[in-house]
Amino acid sequence: MEKRDFTVTAETGIHARPATILVQTASKFTSDITLSYNGKSVNLKSIMGVMSLGVGQNADVTISAEGDDEKDAIAAIEETMKKEGLSD
Amino acid sequence: MSQVLHGIAAGGGITIAPVFVLGSVSLSALHQKTNNMDHEVKRLHDSFSLSKQELVQLDQQAAQKMGHRLQTISTQLAILKDNVFSQLANQLINEDHDNAEWAVQEAGKQLLHLSTVAISSPFWANTVRDLTQRLLSHLLHQPLPDITQIDHRAIIVANSISPTQVVEMNRNLVAGLVTETGGATSHFSLLSEELALPVVVGIPQLLQHVHDDMVMIVDGIHGTVVLSPSPKEIDHYQEIAQKYEESQKAVGSLRNHQTISKDGNHYTIGANLSLLNELPAIQKSGAEGIGIFRTEFLFMDRTELPTEEEQYRAYRKVVSAMHGQRVVIRTLDIGNDKLLTSLKLPDEVNPALGMRGIRISLAHPELLRPQLRAILRASTAGRVAIMFPMISEVEEFNRARALVDEEAQKLEAEGIKIADNIEVGMMVETPAAVMMADQLAKYADFFSIGSNDLIQYLFAADRNNEKVAYLYQALHPAMLRTIRRVIDCGHAEGKWVSMCGEMAALPAAQPLLMAMGLDAFSVPGKRVLPLRQLVHGLSARKLQPLVHQALDAANANAVHKLVQAQLPQLYEN
Repeated sequence: MEKRDFTVTAETGIHARPATILVQTASKFTSDITLSYNGKSVNLKSIMGVMSLGVGQNADVTISAEGDDEKDAIAAIEETMKKEGLSD
Repeated sequence: MSQVLHGIAAGGGITIAPVFVLGSVSLSALHQKTNNMDHEVKRLHDSFSLSKQELVQLDQQAAQKMGHRLQTISTQLAILKDNVFSQLANQLINEDHDNAEWAVQEAGKQLLHLSTVAISSPFWANTVRDLTQRLLSHLLHQPLPDITQIDHRAIIVANSISPTQVVEMNRNLVAGLVTETGGATSHFSLLSEELALPVVVGIPQLLQHVHDDMVMIVDGIHGTVVLSPSPKEIDHYQEIAQKYEESQKAVGSLRNHQTISKDGNHYTIGANLSLLNELPAIQKSGAEGIGIFRTEFLFMDRTELPTEEEQYRAYRKVVSAMHGQRVVIRTLDIGNDKLLTSLKLPDEVNPALGMRGIRISLAHPELLRPQLRAILRASTAGRVAIMFPMISEVEEFNRARALVDEEAQKLEAEGIKIADNIEVGMMVETPAAVMMADQLAKYADFFSIGSNDLIQYLFAADRNNEKVAYLYQALHPAMLRTIRRVIDCGHAEGKWVSMCGEMAALPAAQPLLMAMGLDAFSVPGKRVLPLRQLVHGLSARKLQPLVHQALDAANANAVHKLVQAQLPQLYEN
């Protein structure tokens, strides 16, 4: 299992636009990918899951992937997080 | 009884057609209890699959028409793919015995309140609402108030229309556009200028007076709208429309002519280009090149920045289509009213005085360098000029220009050919650039006066703020003196001076501009030939007394009066 912690720096948190892109990125991989925040975990391939977490600014989140392409998945998600200005 | 409403003219021509009210229809469900849950579940699933089909199609259309996908469509597709929405609705049907439409509406409301982030996101709210409306439209068998859904030729009436909607609409079916909001220089108006459609903006409470299929006349020349016109009014406007078309035809014969004044001065009339799909119309417009190629549309409404390759293809397409005529490509000009979704920029208290234009490009060379490389690579397809927006001082220009040189050297080292006649110039939009024009002219290959922003910064008046709009006056002597200085400073160093922005297309300003020695104009495609006709009929020399009086006038009103009084005598057909 691959895991990475992020602090969400974006002022608006993980709002709908970047959430969609995160979901799109995660959906490209076969691994199970979860987003955890505040003791709750959701499927990162689910837009509703991501939106229901309500990840705001300064939130500490963990993204974990388990499966054949877990390393690539985490790397791609990290890149998306940076590109979308969600984390530094 | 007919009714006449006045707004701001934002696009030439006259049209008479039925009204299509956009966005005023909001579908809502009636609550009914059902015992036939299986039937409701089936209806629910049908509405989901039909909506998905439509959205997939819209997604492809956007990619074809605009060259990239639209974020709101991607998000709606992601929601549908997720199954949570349909499961929520399913539950309402099976457990509460609700009808399918009620279940969709209620589930949609739950989506809006998924979390504090969801609640505070207008984008999420709009996206969920659009999707809910689409689902309801299938369940209720009622069409959506969607600009792409028009099935007959109509005048679109709306509170406001976004640039995205302008891009989305089917131009063959849109007879005209009328909006409640917007000024003559709002971003939408600037776009509509190039659509060659009758457009009137800024009619408050318009929607209270109109309904679908009501007949309307839109007079985009005078900024007037007539609701339910009488047969007499229809005749009257058809006559005006005919005259307008005839005069358009008369100028049509000037398509392949050069732009030379009576006293033998040459001018270059370029066209404005904001979207790739305007290119065919511009090729037929009689324009002598592209005076400003606004590249923002490659970057807008998308989640990823365009690659160098993608930009290269777009630039090359335009440059080769103009067959060696100059194409002035303005580098990315974002900030203020044109925010990117692909680049998250921090909010600013005063964006008009903040990070925009070249300031963003210099702070983010990762944006500018690929764009410059793409432009340089496209340069071999024709004749290219690079123009930097919002330059205020020599240092900024030289830093930007150094990036051009660096990327050119890199490309050459990579064995990629670039043209050797690429001009690198700048827009003059800030009063500081005007005051430093004598120095800047030593470094820039050309100036292009960006009149919209320059007027705004000169008068410290926001062009979209109706309370101070009275200060936003192109023909004010303050602006004329500013322009004269820029032209004189450019000429002193042997550089050519152009104007892009709305003022360049203003018939009352054009004689003054040509008389002050402006070398080039960049105007919407359909304004090219009327301007050429005007130049052909005027002598710059004979206009000099008028120019001097205008420069010495007390206010814009006096300038208008001078032009109105003297121009008819100066015009030789």
